[in-house]
Amino acid sequence: MARFNVLNHELVPEHQILSKKDEQKVLKELGIRKDLLPKISKNDPAIRALEELNGPIAEGTVIRIIRKSPTAGVSVYYRMVSGSEVIK
Amino acid sequence: MTSGISKKIKEIRFSLLSPEEIRRMSQVKIITADTYDDDGYPIEKGLMDLHLGVIEPGLRCATCGGKVDECPGHFGHIELAMPVVHIEFIKEIKRFLDATCKVCGRIKLTDEEIKAYKPRMYELMHSKADVELLEINIKKITDEAASRTICPHCDAQQTKIILDKPTTFREEGIKVTPKEIRERLERIPDEDLLLFGMDEKVARPEWMVLTVLPVPPINVRPTITLATGERSEDDLTHKLVDIIRISQRLRESRDNGSPQLIIEDLWDLLQFHVTTYYDNQTAGIPPARHRSGRALKTLVQRLKGKEGRFRSNLSGKRVNFSSRTVISPEPFLSVNDVGVPEVVARELTVPVSVTSFNIDKVRELVKRGPSPRDESGRYIPGVNYIVRPDSRRIKITDENAEINSERIDVGWTIERQLMEGDIVLFNRQPSLHRMSMMGHTVRILSDRTFRFNLAVCTPYNADFDGDEMNLHVLQNEEARAEARIIMKVEEQMLSPRFGGPIIGGIHDHITAMFLLTHRNPRFTEEDTINMISYVDVDHLPDPEIIDGKKYYRGRDIFSLILPEGFNARFSSKLCAGSEGKCPYEDRVEDKEVYIRSGKLLTGTIDEAAISPFSGVIIEKIFKKYGPSVASTFVDRMTRLAIGVLNVIGFTTGIHDYDIPEDAVSSIRSVSKEAVAKINKLIENYQAGLLEPLPGRSVDETLEIEILGVTGEVRDQSGKIASAHLGLNNPSVIMARSGARAKMLNISEVAGMVGQQSVRGGRINRGYTGRTLSHFEKGDIGAEARGFVQSSYKNGLNPLEYFLHSIGGREGLVDTAVRTSRSGYMQRRLINAFENLKIDEKRRVVDTSGSIIQFSYGEDGIDPAKSDKGRAVDVDYTIFDEVGESS
Repeated sequence: MARFNVLNHELVPEHQILSKKDEQKVLKELGIRKDLLPKISKNDPAIRALEELNGPIAEGTVIRIIRKSPTAGVSVYYRMVSGSEVIK
Repeated sequence: MTSGISKKIKEIRFSLLSPEEIRRMSQVKIITADTYDDDGYPIEKGLMDLHLGVIEPGLRCATCGGKVDECPGHFGHIELAMPVVHIEFIKEIKRFLDATCKVCGRIKLTDEEIKAYKPRMYELMHSKADVELLEINIKKITDEAASRTICPHCDAQQTKIILDKPTTFREEGIKVTPKEIRERLERIPDEDLLLFGMDEKVARPEWMVLTVLPVPPINVRPTITLATGERSEDDLTHKLVDIIRISQRLRESRDNGSPQLIIEDLWDLLQFHVTTYYDNQTAGIPPARHRSGRALKTLVQRLKGKEGRFRSNLSGKRVNFSSRTVISPEPFLSVNDVGVPEVVARELTVPVSVTSFNIDKVRELVKRGPSPRDESGRYIPGVNYIVRPDSRRIKITDENAEINSERIDVGWTIERQLMEGDIVLFNRQPSLHRMSMMGHTVRILSDRTFRFNLAVCTPYNADFDGDEMNLHVLQNEEARAEARIIMKVEEQMLSPRFGGPIIGGIHDHITAMFLLTHRNPRFTEEDTINMISYVDVDHLPDPEIIDGKKYYRGRDIFSLILPEGFNARFSSKLCAGSEGKCPYEDRVEDKEVYIRSGKLLTGTIDEAAISPFSGVIIEKIFKKYGPSVASTFVDRMTRLAIGVLNVIGFTTGIHDYDIPEDAVSSIRSVSKEAVAKINKLIENYQAGLLEPLPGRSVDETLEIEILGVTGEVRDQSGKIASAHLGLNNPSVIMARSGARAKMLNISEVAGMVGQQSVRGGRINRGYTGRTLSHFEKGDIGAEARGFVQSSYKNGLNPLEYFLHSIGGREGLVDTAVRTSRSGYMQRRLINAFENLKIDEKRRVVDTSGSIIQFSYGEDGIDPAKSDKGRAVDVDYTIFDEVGESS
């Protein structure tokens, strides 16, 4: 299958699915409830690409995004998968 | 205002007042147009009846028994002799009349249609749907109903009703009286109202025709008593008087059977008065006027527009304890100071609570009265008001000061006039960044302008061509503490925009420091002392003794104002921008600034060292020694600059641009060559010999080549001109030190102005095929497209002048467009970001605690405390601590 995979594009940062264990660790480290995390739509191309690779992703799954940053070099961002179409 | 019941507004509903409701909420039926009797007592059942509330101290409200500030006021009502239409509902009345049957009152839609439309309307009315959508639907339905000429319910033939603006309805040319209108509206059944978007539970269409008029409480239309004792009624009261008079006359005429014509005239007059009572700017009606000829300000005028209740009083906020006046420079003030005129200081006050600790001092202060001076006639603060514990205010005058100073006790408050050392907020609009509003300490000065140090012009973006600024006096300790700790000028010296200084030496300061340190000149002892006397430095540098006379070097004098132990190393601005070898400065001595242990050893102090945006010395001092040392440095530097210029002297003028005849002729030949080159290019182009550049058309290539040539000439002429203008030339000193202007500007004055451009290309607009009628069509030569060969000093010929003006205008238009666009963008950004904050973990969070960014700027660095965006300047730290290394 020669379909285009957005995750391989150089402008798309690395998206990782967190395991429940990692998720707990991250939330504890941040000291916040999960719903205070930024959201990512489950229709987001990156999430769809991940689903194609790893099977369905449940709402509420936490995604770790590792981006190149002009100020910090590398920056880590977390997003919670949300069911809603449009993210406010 | 400590506690109260807090409730959330769930919804707002608009409805109409019914005549019954107006009567029910009325406390008194107004029957007489009179206000007060001869003794000045309100007449019963008049417009100032005591049931309507009280505005006079001493009287009590006849309705609630409250005193002046307790009674909120109560409504009354006027029974109109005949109904009149409400001007604000004319459109709606027309819609009802158009869409309903004149006989049976039903909406002119078939039962099927009604059944089809109702659910949709019900849904729109009861959901939070867009009001616009509702309006579109109403219009669609009513337009459909209005187009029927036969009633689907009673088969009656319909006639067209025309609105003869503003308030008269006509049916086939015959006037329909408000009474008839009201009767027709009454016939409309409740069930049909939904289709008009009206909720029958709260509104009936006939209520839009007035039979009863509510009379607002007198608090809304207070009587003003003039200083002469004369009473003056509010505009609304005047209008209500008119309405009652006409209503009475109309009733009498009607009751004693006057001719129909007279009754109709009076009825129209009543309609006029009621209409202007609501809106005195109704189109088609002359505005009702006061005896003086001034148009009355009635209900709509109170609410509408920029000066109306909404924009002026509800959206707009105004403050007390503030002042505004013209600004002017005062180089002898610290950057932290602001010079406040005495007249302003006497007016603005600071509240001081009286305690057992300060009571003696406060008594002394009050005793002075409101305009005290010390023995030598200088300003000292007085007291304008004292406030008793029950918050009654007593004005202090010279006469009562002595007695009142005795009365004061713990728990009172006094309002003390401004004094030296008070902290105030100083602001210049537009307030585009946080440095537009900074805390200053007060210095009381004579005259009438606010004054401040020139180094603070940059953050405020102020100049002195008539700019005005605002000053706010802080009224509580918390605000003063905040202003001292975070808003003071010295705390704001580094901009959060780029992590560098925003406060520093400008114009003359840079020129002076340049003259002081460039080539390290020698000054006599007398001159040196003269310069240093401007600064609070109490010693001289080590002298150089030549022929038994003491001399001092400029760099040593500059070193006097540097903090002890300060180190820095950087390049002067001198050579920045010059390609290749700098023609003047091959000497490391002058170029490389080297400061070690608070001594300037080599280098020239110029823009790169002390100016806002780039000043390395200011930035490094602030970061190493903190705000107060940095502001002291700026204070001393700006004062020293004045001292230096007073000793050396510095003048610029048109003769700065005198260049020798041979230079002039060589510039002329360069420009002739350029024109020849351009002509050659055009020739080639016309012969079709021009080779296009990759990715460009031949036309574009020609333009690019020509622009290249004109750019080259300008550089060449600049070089020729500046070859004759050395660093002994004041204009060149200003340009090369970075004080003002660029070398380019000098070559424009002395050499040649060069190619004028619009949107990056040569000027190409005006007539068809030519810029001016002085050229032939299709002339694309140098002169015809805005190549200016003259210099500003010699003057431009008329054609050049015109084309230069075209180019010059572009800049003006650009700035005008840019400011409005970027202003709007900034507004949107501010609104989007205003409720975000950085929490203690350096995360960006909103008010609900949701995370926006996990680390501010992804690196968690506060740009205002950073080093041009980086957390630390490692090179500088090593240099500072270890000394010579890399």
